[in-house]
Amino acid sequence: MTNPLESTAPKGRASSIGNDIPDWQPSQLELTRKRIRREQNRRNILVAVGSSFLVLGTLVSILITSPGFKSLSDTFFAWAYGFEILPKVILGFTTNLILTVIAATCVSIFGLILALTRTSRSPALTPFRFLATLYVDVFRGVPMLLIILLVGFGIPSLRLRGLTNNVFVLGTTAVIITYSAYVAEVLRSGILTVHPSQRAAARSLGLSNFQTLRHVVLPQALRRVTPPLLNDLVALIKDTGLVSILGVTDAVRAAQISSSRSFNYTPYVMAAILFLMVTVPLTRFTDRTMRRAIERQNAQGLA
Amino acid sequence: MSTPVLEVSGLRKSFGKDVVLQEISFEVPVHTATVFIGSSGSGKSTLLRCINLLDGIDDGIINLDGEEISDPRINADEVRRKLGMVFQSFNLFPHMSVMDNITLSPIRVQGIDKEQARSAAQALLSRFGLLEKADQYPDRLSGGQQQRVAIIRSLALKPRLLLLDEVTSALDPVLVNEVLSTVRDLKVEGMTMVIATHEMGFAKQVADEVCFLHQGRIVEYGPPGEVLEDPRDSRTQDFLKRVHEAGRL
Repeated sequence: MTNPLESTAPKGRASSIGNDIPDWQPSQLELTRKRIRREQNRRNILVAVGSSFLVLGTLVSILITSPGFKSLSDTFFAWAYGFEILPKVILGFTTNLILTVIAATCVSIFGLILALTRTSRSPALTPFRFLATLYVDVFRGVPMLLIILLVGFGIPSLRLRGLTNNVFVLGTTAVIITYSAYVAEVLRSGILTVHPSQRAAARSLGLSNFQTLRHVVLPQALRRVTPPLLNDLVALIKDTGLVSILGVTDAVRAAQISSSRSFNYTPYVMAAILFLMVTVPLTRFTDRTMRRAIERQNAQGLA
Repeated sequence: MSTPVLEVSGLRKSFGKDVVLQEISFEVPVHTATVFIGSSGSGKSTLLRCINLLDGIDDGIINLDGEEISDPRINADEVRRKLGMVFQSFNLFPHMSVMDNITLSPIRVQGIDKEQARSAAQALLSRFGLLEKADQYPDRLSGGQQQRVAIIRSLALKPRLLLLDEVTSALDPVLVNEVLSTVRDLKVEGMTMVIATHEMGFAKQVADEVCFLHQGRIVEYGPPGEVLEDPRDSRTQDFLKRVHEAGRL
């Protein structure tokens, strides 16, 4: 009987490890295994394609054959009409994007200040620590729609001089107030996950508390919370649509105006597609960042 | 005789009701190494953390170069600049290259010019055979290399006293040797050190004084020839016997 592990190539020196790699040829056994793996692979692909057709086909056919499908596609998917009003919705959508950029910038700054205040141990900051905790508790626990209504209608009703009645400014403020609380908690959790020994090492090198935070703790914390922060950014983009309730002409409001004239809901679908065009790539990017972060952490665990 | 670099007298430390260290008194003259041995939990690491002011103490005095550093009014950051500390778990900063790990403190704390700090770090790295690792990140290094970088990092501040906290405990036997030979080199160069270790052979080679810690007290104190080879206290004898059985002597 032949040895299944016998190499297909002429025998080299069997003893040395590493040096003989160019001489290596797969054994008969490995060639057989490769063939089996290829067959298994082909079968898996066939199964995946078959089941996809079956499931998706069933769903589509149920949808198309349903009695109301005609009226549904007329009211929601009137593409010709949709493209006609698309410029208006796009114009509204730029408002969402501008709001996102302004809010994201302010939220990063304010959220970081809140997180640093909550994690600080300085006795002088005690009252601020208390206030920051209260702030986060309140604004994380209240629906954002309520905050938008309270800020949007409450502040103008105060009739204080110097305060704006501009709905865009008020809406943006409400978004910043709410998201700062979310982001502060994400950042705080990141700061807390940096192991105390890192702090001890930095302090024993003579770094001050602030220097330790700035050069050792924060860089590591931010790296760790980048994926959840990107998640919050995606949520922020779509939540900017909520300011439409104040009358800001964003994509949602623009779609609403068009659709209330025509009694056709296609503008809403167009607005939804616009949001998806930004959020889906960003979500994919977040997934990739998250996967990389996990890989990096695992690599560190091995070292 | 000149003032010892470190004088500890009557030190007591407790965590809540747990008394971790009591009646700890010893001196470390310049250019000497004092080695603490004792089983895990005997208080070695806590002692080093107290000397480095990472943990507060409950009683006693710690003097560094004749200055009392256990005074609560002292600026702890300034004291720590004179002390180097190396940890069991290396604690390199994972987001910085080897070079940045080493130069962080000289640049930020001592305010040394960046180029100067880098060339000083290069000199240290090449002295310990790690120059080609300067731009690597810690996760690319072996445990032994990481620990040597950690030692270099603490040397970059030109400390008066180096505290080594079980620097080889996280390493496999092969890597232990490269780290220990680094420490031996430092000893030859006259670095004053306080060392906590489980490596008895190493303790014998570098120690001028050996202290055996047992349940937070110094039970036996003296030159390595006495404490490690002819211990008088039964607890030291017992500990060394167990170490011997574990094959670490």
